[in-house]
Amino acid sequence: MNTGNPIPVAAIVLHPADSVAVCRRNVAAGEALPLEGELVVARADVALGHKIARCFIPLGAVVVKYGIAIGSATKDIHPGDWVHLHNLKSNYISSHVRDSEEQTT
Amino acid sequence: MIANGYLRADGRKGIRNVTAVIYLVECAHHVARRVVELAQDDDVHLLGFPGCYPNEYSLRMMKALATHPNVGGVVLVSLGCEGFNREALASNIEASGRPVRTVVIQQAGGTRSGIETALAAVKQVREEMIRAERRVPMHFSDLVVGTICGGSDGTSGIAANPAVGRAFDRLVDAGASCLFEETGEMIGCEGAMSTRAASPEVAEAIVASIHNAEKYYRAMGYGSFAPGNAEGGLSTLEEKSAGAYVKSGSRAINGVIRPAQQPDAPGLYLLDVVPDTAPKFGFPNISDNSEIVELMACGAHLTLFTTGRGSVVGSAIAPVIKITGNPETYALMSEDMDIDAGRVLEGKSTLDEVGDDIFNLVVSVASGALSKSESLGHREFVLTYKSIDAVGPACHPTRA
Repeated sequence: MNTGNPIPVAAIVLHPADSVAVCRRNVAAGEALPLEGELVVARADVALGHKIARCFIPLGAVVVKYGIAIGSATKDIHPGDWVHLHNLKSNYISSHVRDSEEQTT
Repeated sequence: MIANGYLRADGRKGIRNVTAVIYLVECAHHVARRVVELAQDDDVHLLGFPGCYPNEYSLRMMKALATHPNVGGVVLVSLGCEGFNREALASNIEASGRPVRTVVIQQAGGTRSGIETALAAVKQVREEMIRAERRVPMHFSDLVVGTICGGSDGTSGIAANPAVGRAFDRLVDAGASCLFEETGEMIGCEGAMSTRAASPEVAEAIVASIHNAEKYYRAMGYGSFAPGNAEGGLSTLEEKSAGAYVKSGSRAINGVIRPAQQPDAPGLYLLDVVPDTAPKFGFPNISDNSEIVELMACGAHLTLFTTGRGSVVGSAIAPVIKITGNPETYALMSEDMDIDAGRVLEGKSTLDEVGDDIFNLVVSVASGALSKSESLGHREFVLTYKSIDAVGPACHPTRA
């Protein structure tokens, strides 16, 4: 696919301080993504609109998107990891999903 | 630069010269609508309030809208027995230096003669507006721009909203006033937002307005985070909020205002629309157009409207510019969409480039070019009951 090809960029970094990027298209595990000059290899399939980690985010640290804390890591997150309900929780109100796979707060 | 504006007696300048026909109760709606149809003039717009019982908020809103800088003259259409204080509204409009006529259907002799009388009043008001017309240079410091989102999807927070944020930064830097709102959809952003406050008082007002929104929506039994959001890749409430909040750009927040309060000094403002009281009369705003109407009452000359699914609405009085971050929506509804921010997702443009396009379109629409919803004839307007203080914990600086 676009592996190794910087154009079009598969994921976008919304703010320089962000620890995650947002996928512009479905990304397959193993793909190497150029993110603001650094190459990050996807460790899982990540769908359009979903987040991929740019750097190591230790358990309990805040995850940053738009330059804003969007919640805390519930386990260690490695560069290239898919970041979603399984490793990120709200610091406000838990997120409810259809199959009641609720986050614990 | 912006083309010449219409100078009003209070010193504000309009980008349009609208004659507003305003019905003061639903019972007068038909007569007012027929008058606007028969006037056959794109600059005669219909506004109105449907309720019969008086409401302090709707009177305050109508006073602000009837004296909006884009409005040059007004015809009020009353049934005669409704609760709306038409005398207070008319004298307020007169004091603003605008021509105004009041037509009372019960005194005019019913529907047919009410329409004839009101149509003649529209012609008189327009003639007086033409005689009084003064065009003067308009600067960014004269311009007020609002923003809202509606019909959002997964692309809104990453393409259209941050692009509007870039345009807001350029507008604020150029000296314009910019208004953003939707505190109920910014829960979780209060910490980041308060660090942008121009003063400790503003920081306090920002945090208070978000906490109040959280409390109000909880009492309404309304939560903003839906299952579809998680399927689209959003994990938390604060992540969803951040996607709405980025429309505000990155500049300092000068103040917090309430509906119908107009900022005195240029800069960026948060419009707090959520009542301090227990829920009364339902949702703070029932639809996107009621949000646009509040931005207009705060002086917005035009509104930047971001959409993912594809909203088609425009507005009476003040043009609406439509920005979509969804390439499919743009392809399907290009006649309605002014800006294709989906180019960011396709790798064809940067957010800064789309932000520049929005900025340039604001200048062009402020200079008289029609936005797409305007040229399609969209003139939506909705105003309903609400209970909100004129000044809450809000605070804003005055022009030095």
